Amino acid sequence: MEKFVLKGFKQKLLLAPDFKSYVFGLFTPWNVIAGIILLFGFYAMVYRLIFGLGPATNLNNDYPWGLWIAFDILAGIALAAPGLTLGTAVYLFGLKDYKSFARPAILSSLLGYVFAVIALLFDLGRYYRVFYPIVWSWGLESVLFLVGWHFFLYVIICVVEWFPAFFEWLGQERLRNFFSSLGIWATAFGVIIAGGHQSALGALFLIAPTKLHPLWYSPLLPLFFLITAVLGGMAVVVIESSITHRYFKHQLKRFDPKEFDKKTLGLGKALAVVLTLYLLLKGLDLFHQEKLNYISSTYGVLFVLEHLLFGVIPLILLLWAVKEEKPFWVRILSFWIALGIIVNRLIVCLIAYNWYIPWSQKYYPSWMEVALSLSMVVLVILSTRFMIRRLPILSD
Amino acid sequence: MKRRDFLKGFLGLPGILGIGSASKFIEEERAFKTTRTQANAKNWEIYLKRKESKYEPKEGSYGVLFDATKCIGCRRCEWACNEWNKNPNQPIENFERSRFETNSVFEKIRRPSAGAFTVVNRFEVDGKVIYVKRQCMHCLDPACASSCFVGAFTRTEEGAVIYNPTVCVGCRYCMVACPFDIPAYEYYDPLTPQVTKCTMCFDRMVEGKVPACVAVCSADALKFGKREDLLKLAHKLIADNPDRYFPKVYGQDDFGGTSWLYLSPVPFERIELPTGLKKSPAVYTRNYLFAVKVLEILASPVLVYLAYKAMSKKGKDEE
Repeated sequence: MEKFVLKGFKQKLLLAPDFKSYVFGLFTPWNVIAGIILLFGFYAMVYRLIFGLGPATNLNNDYPWGLWIAFDILAGIALAAPGLTLGTAVYLFGLKDYKSFARPAILSSLLGYVFAVIALLFDLGRYYRVFYPIVWSWGLESVLFLVGWHFFLYVIICVVEWFPAFFEWLGQERLRNFFSSLGIWATAFGVIIAGGHQSALGALFLIAPTKLHPLWYSPLLPLFFLITAVLGGMAVVVIESSITHRYFKHQLKRFDPKEFDKKTLGLGKALAVVLTLYLLLKGLDLFHQEKLNYISSTYGVLFVLEHLLFGVIPLILLLWAVKEEKPFWVRILSFWIALGIIVNRLIVCLIAYNWYIPWSQKYYPSWMEVALSLSMVVLVILSTRFMIRRLPILSD
Repeated sequence: MKRRDFLKGFLGLPGILGIGSASKFIEEERAFKTTRTQANAKNWEIYLKRKESKYEPKEGSYGVLFDATKCIGCRRCEWACNEWNKNPNQPIENFERSRFETNSVFEKIRRPSAGAFTVVNRFEVDGKVIYVKRQCMHCLDPACASSCFVGAFTRTEEGAVIYNPTVCVGCRYCMVACPFDIPAYEYYDPLTPQVTKCTMCFDRMVEGKVPACVAVCSADALKFGKREDLLKLAHKLIADNPDRYFPKVYGQDDFGGTSWLYLSPVPFERIELPTGLKKSPAVYTRNYLFAVKVLEILASPVLVYLAYKAMSKKGKDEE
C-alpha cells in the first residue's frame, strides 16, 4: 500500500495519493464493524440531544449515575493512566529501557481523556454549561470541582506531552524541541494532577457512606482508585504495545522480539507488585473495618468473586508467568486486569451504590447507553490507529 | 415573625379546594416531560434579594417537627405543596382518598420526584400502620451543598437549603451525595433540565408564614418553629409519653443534624429513615480534599527536583 511517494501535506494526512483512494481504502471488514457501532452510537447521541436523558437512558432518581459515568469516566479514566505511569517512569525517573513505550502511552492518555470528556458531555443535563465550574461558578468544597479542574489541566498536559511527536510529524524542529523540554515539566506537574483526580474519582463516593455498600465503602477509596489506575495504566501499556508490535511492526526502527518480551515481563513484574499492594490494602480494610459479617450476604459473594477472579487469581498467574518467563501470559493477564478494573468501577458505581434498593429496581443500561459507550471505545481505537499510522509515535 | 397562623396563611393560595389544575395527572415518577417548576428559582431570587438588602441579626434557624404517631396519611400536605409551588396537581379529594383505597400510591414506597417535593409513605410495622412524610430534611451541613461543583446549593440563615438552577450543570452529584435521596431530576427535559427539591417554603417563611404543608396539616403531625424549641418540645413529648414514642428524636444529630425532626413510634430504620451516621457525610470529602492538598504540597519539591535532574541530564545527552 505504501509504495507511492507521499508528497505534500494532504497526502501526508491521508496516507494515500488522493482523497478517493483514501475513502476506498477505508472499506475493510474491521472498519465496517467499527462503522456499524459508530452508527448506533451517533444515533444514541442525537437521540439524547433531542429527547433528553430520560428517553435515551435508564437513569432515574435512584440512579442518577449510570453507565456513562461508571464505564466512560470511572473505568475509562483509570485505563487512560498510561501517561501517568509510563510517562513518569521514563521522563522523570529516566527509565531508558521503556522510552519506546512512552509516546504510545501518552497518546492513549490523551485520547482516553478526550473521549471520556466527550462522553461526559452527553451525560450532563446542561452540557453547554460544562465550563461553568472552570470559569466563574466555583464550588470549592466539591470533590467533583477538583475532578473537573484536574481533567481540564490534565488534557492540556497530555497535549503538551504529545506535541513533540506532532511537530516532528510537521517537520517543525524548533517547536518539537521546545515542547520536548516543556514536556518534562508537564510530566512532573501531571503526576500531581493525575494522582489527584484518579484518587478523587474514588473520593466522589466518600460523601455517600450510607449509600455505598460497606464492603466497598472505605476511607481508603481514593487510594484504591489511584492504585487501580496505576495498575490500569500499566496493563493498557502491555495491551497496547502487544497490539502495535503485531500490526505496526514495519514502523519500528529496531524490532527485537526478545527485547520486547523482556520489557513485557518487566511490566508484568511491576503489575504483580502493585496488585499485591492493592490486595493487601483491601484485606486490611476488610479486617480493620470489621466488615467480615457482610461476607455471607449476596453482596459478600459478589465481593469475594470480584477479588478472587480479578485479584488473587491473576496475581498468582502473573507471579507464575513472570517466574517462568511467559510474556504471552503477561499479555493475557493484562487484559484480565484491565477487565477487572472495569468490573470494579461498575460494581462501585452501579451495584454497591444504593445497595438498600431491591435488586429488581436496580439500574441497568439502555441499549443507547451501551451504544454510546462502545462507540467511544471504537473512537479511541480508531484515532489511536490514525495517529500511529501518521505521527512518529512508535518510531521514536 | 409570626409563625402560628395555621391555615390562615392558606387563604392566599391561588387554587381553591377541589379545583385541580391538571386533570390528566398520572401519579408516576416519569409522568412529566418537564415540570417547568419555578419554585426553586423563585426561592433563590428571594434569597439573593434578602442577602443584598439588609443585614438581619441571626435569631436561630427554623425547623419542622414531624410526628409519625399523629399523621393520618391524608396526603393534603402533598396537595398543598404542589399548589403553593405551582407543581402539577390534581383535586385534593384524589389525595385524601388514597388511604381508603386498596390499590393506592401507598402500595409502594415513593420518593420525591421532579415536580413532587414531598410524598407520604405507608409502613406496616408489627401490624401497626404508620404514615411517614418525606421531603428535604434541610440538613445543618448539607451534603448536596458540599458536593455541588458550581455551588448551586446554599443553606440560608433561616435553615432552608435552597437550589439555584441558573448555574446548575446537571451532573447530578447532589443526588448521589444526599443521604435521604431527596433531589430529583427532570430527565425528560432535553435542554433545560433542573434539579427539583423542597424549599421548606423559604418564600413563605420570609413573609412570616409557615410552610404550605405545615399550614394545611389538620392532624397536628407537623409543627413549625425554631429548631431549638422543637427539639425541646420533642424531648418533652417523649418524656411525657414514653409508651407512644421511640425514645429518640431523629434529626437531632443524624447526618450532622437536620432542620426537620422526626418522632416515631418505632425505631427509625423501620420507617426507612437512614441511620448509622451522626456527622455530616460532607466531613469525609472535606477531609479528603485537605489531605490531597497536603500530599500535593509534599510531592511538589520531589517532582521539581526530578524534573530538574531530568532536564539537566537531557541537556548533557544532547551535547
